[in-house]
Amino acid sequence: MIQVKELTKRYAHTTAVDHISFEVQKGEIVGFLGPNGAGKTTTMRMLTCFLPPSSGTARVADFDVLEQPLEVKKRIGYLPETPPLYPEMDTAEYLTFVGRLKGLSGDELRRRVDFVCERCAIADVKKKILGKLSKGYRQRVGLAQAIIHNPAVLILDEPTAGLDPKQINETRDLIKSLAGDHTIILSTHILPEVEQTCQKVIIINRGKLVATDSVHNLQSRARGAETLLVEIASRNGSLDVEKAQQRLRQVSGVGSVAFKENCGSGSIFEIESAAGFVRGDVARAVVQAGWELNELRPAAMSLEEIFLQLTEADAPPPPPELEEVMAGEPKK
Amino acid sequence: MRNVWIIFRKELRSYFVSPIAYLLLTMFALIFGFFFWNALGYFVFMGIESQMRGQTFPMNINEQIIRPLLTNISVTGLFFIPIITMRLFAEEKRTGTIELLATSPVRDVEIILGKWLAAVALYGCMLFFTAINFAFLFRYGNPDWKPLAIGYLGLLLQAGGLLAVGTFISTLTKNQIIAGATTFGVCLLLWVVGWVGGYETATWAVVLSYMSVITHFESFARGVINSKDAVFYLTLIFLGLFFTTRSMESLRWRS
Repeated sequence: MIQVKELTKRYAHTTAVDHISFEVQKGEIVGFLGPNGAGKTTTMRMLTCFLPPSSGTARVADFDVLEQPLEVKKRIGYLPETPPLYPEMDTAEYLTFVGRLKGLSGDELRRRVDFVCERCAIADVKKKILGKLSKGYRQRVGLAQAIIHNPAVLILDEPTAGLDPKQINETRDLIKSLAGDHTIILSTHILPEVEQTCQKVIIINRGKLVATDSVHNLQSRARGAETLLVEIASRNGSLDVEKAQQRLRQVSGVGSVAFKENCGSGSIFEIESAAGFVRGDVARAVVQAGWELNELRPAAMSLEEIFLQLTEADAPPPPPELEEVMAGEPKK
Repeated sequence: MRNVWIIFRKELRSYFVSPIAYLLLTMFALIFGFFFWNALGYFVFMGIESQMRGQTFPMNINEQIIRPLLTNISVTGLFFIPIITMRLFAEEKRTGTIELLATSPVRDVEIILGKWLAAVALYGCMLFFTAINFAFLFRYGNPDWKPLAIGYLGLLLQAGGLLAVGTFISTLTKNQIIAGATTFGVCLLLWVVGWVGGYETATWAVVLSYMSVITHFESFARGVINSKDAVFYLTLIFLGLFFTTRSMESLRWRS
């Protein structure tokens, strides 16, 4: 659905986007991840024909953004970072205006306005002035605006920025529910968002592509073997930590076992598998030994850690003065 | 064409849901009302004067009321035009709605034409209020209507040109005040440059006085369509709108 090749955007003094290439298949939700100023918005603006690329090509729905911008624009819905609302219009009026701009008219337009109001849960503010809507509603009206003409591709720039947790969840669910009919690219600098909504991640930093892969692959790639955190109940120190460690080591497939700490309800061990999944065996071993298993969870590397790993790898080493400070006494 | 109409309707509506349109209409009607009352008073005074002296001056409503009033409108318009155009693009740039327009399947030219036509339409509404005053002249007098119609045509052409210039200036900034103040300065300049023609006859002075938007209105005020003056206004409209399209395109390359 989207093919980007060597896309570059240069300004007078900086290169905002530096030879980025990626592809997005039909129906995918792709997370565009990067710290602030990484070039996410610039890339999205090039995909929506708002900015022309300095070099490279981008094709959306098989149309080139430079050569056939009108065809591209017909097929995309775009929610910029701040929803593009006219404060003096009311919701229904605004959606009607945008619908007309996107080429809808008559009965179809009326049906689409009703439909997106329903879909984005803004039917109750249809007659309210946009300037007086709360942030959450504004964001949803922005989203409704983006899908009004049922575009093949949706491009959402930080769709959950500035929302409260409840609204964030609602917006994420809404985006997920749109996935079937639309190909979606959304940008964010919030990592859990990608974990929760997207199938594929494109990580960029300082204009350069750092990684592109499925969320699942990225996690397992960074993780390698499985790491488990196991908590075994221990009332008033009734559990023999040494013995427990030994027992856990005997489970087949377990590489190393480390005692981490005693918390209120039990002792926590960190188990690293030599290869493959061992959680079933570990659980069985604990129960067979007559202990109570309070908790067992994989210490999956969060995207946050993966992200830091990937983006820090090509960061320059800290300047020397900083190292001296970190080493403690300055050398004389 | 359909897209021009969509943008035109949206712009005109946003003038009339905000106080801007009503403020402009009221102020313009008030000021013109004063001009009209003043001109009428002077005309009546002259009439009485000529009777008392026993001489008959040639009294002509077209020459003595309509013509000076049309010139007054044309000058007063200079002060109102910046207020009409200042928000056209500056506001869209400030709130970010320009991104919506620029990523919709609409051509830049269509956006610009829609906005400019809405500005012209608002100015047309302002002119309509002045026409109400003139209607009284037809009720109680017997003026020739053709020079008046040509005068209004000239006013629309002149305003069209200045509104196009204002539209262009509005694309240059996010700040309405800056857009308005610059347009105001340019409007005044385009008026006063004509004054050098009064005493200087060198080529530069001829060029300068040719650039004056008010000088070109004189023939229209007399009720004459002079092709030289009409071409000047049409050129101004074309250039203003042309530069607006260039500026909008460069927005994308710079931003």
